[in-house]
Amino acid sequence: MNIQFRESQEAASPLTVKTAIADCDIHPARATRTELYPYLAKRWQHHLEVYGVHAYQGMMEGPPYPKAQPNASRRDAWPPEGGPQGSSLSFMQQQLLDPNNVQLGVLNPLNTGQGIRNHELSAALCSAINDWQIDKWTSKDKRLKASIVVGNEDGLSAAAEIRERAGDRNFVQVLLLSRNVEPLGQRRYWPIYQAAEEAGLPVGVHAFGFGGNPITPSGWPSYYIEEMVGHSQCQQSALASLVLEGVFERFPKLKMVMIEAGFGWAPSLAWRLDKVWQRLRSEVPHVRRPPSEYIREQVWWTTQPMEDPERREDLFDVIKWIGWDRLLFATDYPHWDYDEPSRVLPAGVSEANREAFYLGNAKKLYGID
Amino acid sequence: MASLIAGGVDCDVHPAVPHLTSLLPYLNDYWRDQVTTRGMVDLVSQSYPKNSPIMVRPDWRPETGKPGESLADMQRHVLEPFQLSCAICNPLYGVQMVFSEDMQAAFCRALNDWLVKEWLDRDSRLRGSIVIPTQSVEKAVAEIERCAADRRFVQVLMLVMGDTPLGKRALWPIYEAAERLDLPVGIHAGSAYHNPPTAVGWGSYHIEDYVGQAQAFQTQLTSLIVEGVFAKYPRLKMVMLESGVSWISPYLWRLHKFWRGVRMETPWVDRAPLEIVRSNIRFSLQPFDAPPEPETLIRLFEHMQSDELVLFSTDYPHWQFDGQDALPEGLTPDLVRKIMIDNPHATYPRLT
Repeated sequence: MNIQFRESQEAASPLTVKTAIADCDIHPARATRTELYPYLAKRWQHHLEVYGVHAYQGMMEGPPYPKAQPNASRRDAWPPEGGPQGSSLSFMQQQLLDPNNVQLGVLNPLNTGQGIRNHELSAALCSAINDWQIDKWTSKDKRLKASIVVGNEDGLSAAAEIRERAGDRNFVQVLLLSRNVEPLGQRRYWPIYQAAEEAGLPVGVHAFGFGGNPITPSGWPSYYIEEMVGHSQCQQSALASLVLEGVFERFPKLKMVMIEAGFGWAPSLAWRLDKVWQRLRSEVPHVRRPPSEYIREQVWWTTQPMEDPERREDLFDVIKWIGWDRLLFATDYPHWDYDEPSRVLPAGVSEANREAFYLGNAKKLYGID
Repeated sequence: MASLIAGGVDCDVHPAVPHLTSLLPYLNDYWRDQVTTRGMVDLVSQSYPKNSPIMVRPDWRPETGKPGESLADMQRHVLEPFQLSCAICNPLYGVQMVFSEDMQAAFCRALNDWLVKEWLDRDSRLRGSIVIPTQSVEKAVAEIERCAADRRFVQVLMLVMGDTPLGKRALWPIYEAAERLDLPVGIHAGSAYHNPPTAVGWGSYHIEDYVGQAQAFQTQLTSLIVEGVFAKYPRLKMVMLESGVSWISPYLWRLHKFWRGVRMETPWVDRAPLEIVRSNIRFSLQPFDAPPEPETLIRLFEHMQSDELVLFSTDYPHWQFDGQDALPEGLTPDLVRKIMIDNPHATYPRLT
């Protein structure tokens, strides 16, 4: 977070600052409203000018829950040449990639073409975003890797987009959001998992989304903080759905990454799933093994925003229960709740775990040498 | 397993209404006529299909009728073997699913009167929860005030998934009445099914709805805390019933972090969420949702940094544990005493 109420107790050791890291959640932005137009057919440019996008909720952007800061971004992240936070490669290099020695940066574009009601437009926008990621970012800085953004509500066209990009080393994962029209385990999304598994690409599920469901199972809450905290509950429900619909059983090589929704909830959810599955497994005979086994073998977590206990060592219990080999460091640049690389792990973590957490797990998962 | 001690309080048992017709004696002429003339069927919520394995422990399943409908069974299965001093009855009957506020109010009133007559009057160890018609806050408050005259009602009962988040200001008169009348508000697992049962839509399975209860409790705690319920009603206690327990600490670590970041949005939240939970929120023990190893369990309790949060429950007749193993392994005798006796008494002023 860039709002600090309490200084970190221990000084950042020079070693941690210099060590190479992977940042598995970076949000690149468009500098101008029309920056995607070169990648869109005239028909869709016209459509956007006349009708805009048509979503499952009243507005796709901030005001129903105004963000804490403009564009939910760090106040120091405005590029000097203008444009919104995250829209300048040179400033991203200067502010994030170079000083933190980021060796691998995974791009997760938001506000793309996901979660809009016109599925054809959704597919066109996602394809455009994917071309744009190569042109503007990954071809210009080899540390950066892109995510294949797909029109998630139409599984078949999403799978086609994945197959078209499969084998292109600019891309290291498929990107979905957690909040969709239905829980992510539902059959409409299976073609996405099938195509990702065939392409050998992990599927990242980033917090947020625009499926039109209230962010609590008891209706719409009042505040931005409820939406922020609520992303972890959405992610839990999405993961429970993936397990209970048998997605991991059907696609055993599928790997999924839970992005920006915390990870502290993972052990408790897995224990609950296991316990209830023991009682009710006859309802879901396609779930053949205890749910925690699928989760342990096929799911990874990005770290930001790290849960923040009063006693930070408590978090190590949770990490131990999840597995040090399953966490992927992320900053969420340029967003306001950015986690500073040198501060997230206190002293006392073994060198091997530290290396896995900051870099090794990500390189292995994403197949980066 | 940790040893049970005599004189405990079971904070979550479920007496079952045998059928909607069981409430007919407690309805006035108009509503009795409505039920019969309109051919209303039993208000069975899909939350608990009668034959679902979690609905009733195999050795507690009655030969006929609904699990939990017999007082003799409840005495034989929990009150006596667990040597309880008290058990708090939380009726789970589908009255919350009815959309008419008048009908809901009539059914809640009948349900509460039924509980007094069929249960509380028949065993002095039993205490009751006041089921309220949340479609109308005015009628809910009236029902609380009506029932509160009977000190055997020790709490107000709401479902975790209703029409709106529980912190919403429109519901506050309920909390005002509860605080004024020394009644904690119990929030029990279950949904009126007026919204999808997860925040990402409708899942396919009964098991999915049940797993999802824990996430529903998490969103409701956020709502209650950030809307300022406990700043306005600092003496109000709320008890999360059948919520799962092991998610509490990591959930609070996240909430606390965001509260520090954006507290300018809800400046009336005058204490840290962690402190609010420690002073105002309690959780029933079953289901605990943790692996059987004592070392994990001990760490989970240490993460809570309080031995006052958890209240003993069996969740009778639901199948959460076997035999007498209601207490997870690894609890110290002191903690057992807190959970079974001290914490329930500190939470429910009307127990003493």
